[in-house]
Amino acid sequence: MVLVPVNRDVYCCLSSRKEERTVLINLLETALALLVSGIAYAMILFLMSVGLTVTLGVMRIANLAHCGFAMVGGYIGFTLVSQTGLGVLPSLVLAALATMILGAALERTVYRWVYASGELGQILMTIGLTFVMVASVNLVYGSALHAMPLPLSLTHDMQLGEISISAYRVYIIVVSTVIAVTLWAILEYTDYGKRLRAAVDNPRMARCVGIDVPRIFAGTFSVGCGLAAVAGFLGSPILPLEPWYALEYLVPVLMIVAVGGHGSLKGSFYAALLLGIIDTFGRYYVPALGAFTIYLVVVGLLLWRPHGAFGRSLA
Amino acid sequence: MDEAIGRDAPRIREAFSRHRLSWLDALPWLAALLAYFAFPDYLSLGTQVMIAIIFALALDLALGYGGVASLGHAAFFGIGAYAAGLWALYVTTEPISGLVAAAVAGAVGALLAGPLVLRTRGLTLVMLTLAVATLLQAVANAEWFKPVTGGADGLFGYQIAPVLGVFSFDLEGSTGYWYAASAMAVVFFLSKAIVNSPFGLTIRGIRENPVRMRMLGVPVIHRLVVLYIISGAFAAIAGALSAQVTRLVGLDSLAFMQSGNVLVMLILGGIGSLYGAFLGATLFVVLSDRAAEIDPFNWLFAVGIVLILAVRFAPQGLVGVIEDAWKKVRA
Repeated sequence: MVLVPVNRDVYCCLSSRKEERTVLINLLETALALLVSGIAYAMILFLMSVGLTVTLGVMRIANLAHCGFAMVGGYIGFTLVSQTGLGVLPSLVLAALATMILGAALERTVYRWVYASGELGQILMTIGLTFVMVASVNLVYGSALHAMPLPLSLTHDMQLGEISISAYRVYIIVVSTVIAVTLWAILEYTDYGKRLRAAVDNPRMARCVGIDVPRIFAGTFSVGCGLAAVAGFLGSPILPLEPWYALEYLVPVLMIVAVGGHGSLKGSFYAALLLGIIDTFGRYYVPALGAFTIYLVVVGLLLWRPHGAFGRSLA
Repeated sequence: MDEAIGRDAPRIREAFSRHRLSWLDALPWLAALLAYFAFPDYLSLGTQVMIAIIFALALDLALGYGGVASLGHAAFFGIGAYAAGLWALYVTTEPISGLVAAAVAGAVGALLAGPLVLRTRGLTLVMLTLAVATLLQAVANAEWFKPVTGGADGLFGYQIAPVLGVFSFDLEGSTGYWYAASAMAVVFFLSKAIVNSPFGLTIRGIRENPVRMRMLGVPVIHRLVVLYIISGAFAAIAGALSAQVTRLVGLDSLAFMQSGNVLVMLILGGIGSLYGAFLGATLFVVLSDRAAEIDPFNWLFAVGIVLILAVRFAPQGLVGVIEDAWKKVRA
């Protein structure tokens, strides 16, 4: 006799072994599916938060427009996939490149003003920029939700024995893990990575030893925009594209940066995993609380550690 | 000691006189009176303007005087709106007690959130204020609390009794108009007294240099929490007025745009003078009402551009522009 939570708050008592087996498989299937969704969601949020984390770490700039780049990247990818008939992966790369160029252009122009203002000014300017992005996207694409037209090979469910999981979510996890590992390797082993780490640890000292911090930063800003675009594109089946996207997902991304510890990529990664998985399980098992669960967790974490629950250094 | 005060006397006098009452302070109510007769068809818009002014005054106390960059002041606006709605539904339909109840609810909300939020600085503070408002919106939207908050449908179907038992809320909205104008007067003169008090000066000191104030023996966090409570109560009054006048409380009272809009109003008007709230809120609400009829998204585009340009070229807002012009005229 086992007491098994089947779903939500229904519990059932089982005596027959066969029933027990199917229920266990159901349970396992649910848990695995939730875990996969949770990790996929977390990876998307992590990719979105990378740029924000680095901006905050190097330039001490709170770039609230960052999710706007994810949105713009997602929409560009949507246009490429639906209009030109390019494959998913080439479109993803092109969308990321286009967003990187946009990011670099804005960094050269509007963000010069942002750097020159105080903390409040930075927040206001980047909110203003977000408003402009929201309005522009609405002007071009309208206010309807857009779903990325994905090939059948990505939308089916994969079978693992008796358990089926969404292939697309696995795809998200694979692609973003490759990106995360590459990112880590670049930070850890390349000259550029060393310079960037030095700039995050102590921007003034880095300048003193001859590192061109503004240039390093301009490059990193652009890469951050590209990664956000990848997140916006890959995540569009989970976080659907719509004009308010840029503000809608700002809160979870900011929460990850805050919980992860400012300027810490590793921290952001763990924070994203933690919050993504808790949020997914929370919404499934305690649907009555909705999004409330995750806020409670974040408030608790920040009460416990106001400067972030995870480490401080960049790598 | 006396000598030091003597030397700094003009500066001390200036610090206090900037916020002394003057004939200027009657201007908003003269304008309200004029608008009442000049635009009798736009009384409900006028009421919205005054509610926005109260909300912007509340934010000005926290942001302009305390330096607390709040991106989630809708939390208190929403608390006030829901409190007033629930008060009318379950306790009494008498409106003034509803305002008081809402102010208390807003103060309690700020008391709970304040110690958590105000310990932090910079982006964490911004994030936490935003998270508190989003958290409340999630609560109001959650299935468990739907019987209380009405979820996505919002709270409605409550009546509001006549103000003081005499002035009933009519369709043309003149009761709501003067009711809001009176509340605006109470909030404004209280704010004026607060920023002018020794407490207000300490708060301004904290905004300028919290470390130094701490070293002078000022309990910085404690003072900021008190300021946050006052600001929360005032924002809740704005929310309550909105709930009583429109007889509807929706999830949007807690939404990001609610916090964002009041911030934009205050920035356009100018922070840290209380007058910015009047200028910014009037301009913003009237223009957005016109623009919403034409195209809300182009309005958002314009707001974004204006916000960027305002921070760059007029960081002191309209109040700053007017002050500069006035100085030039006098010079």
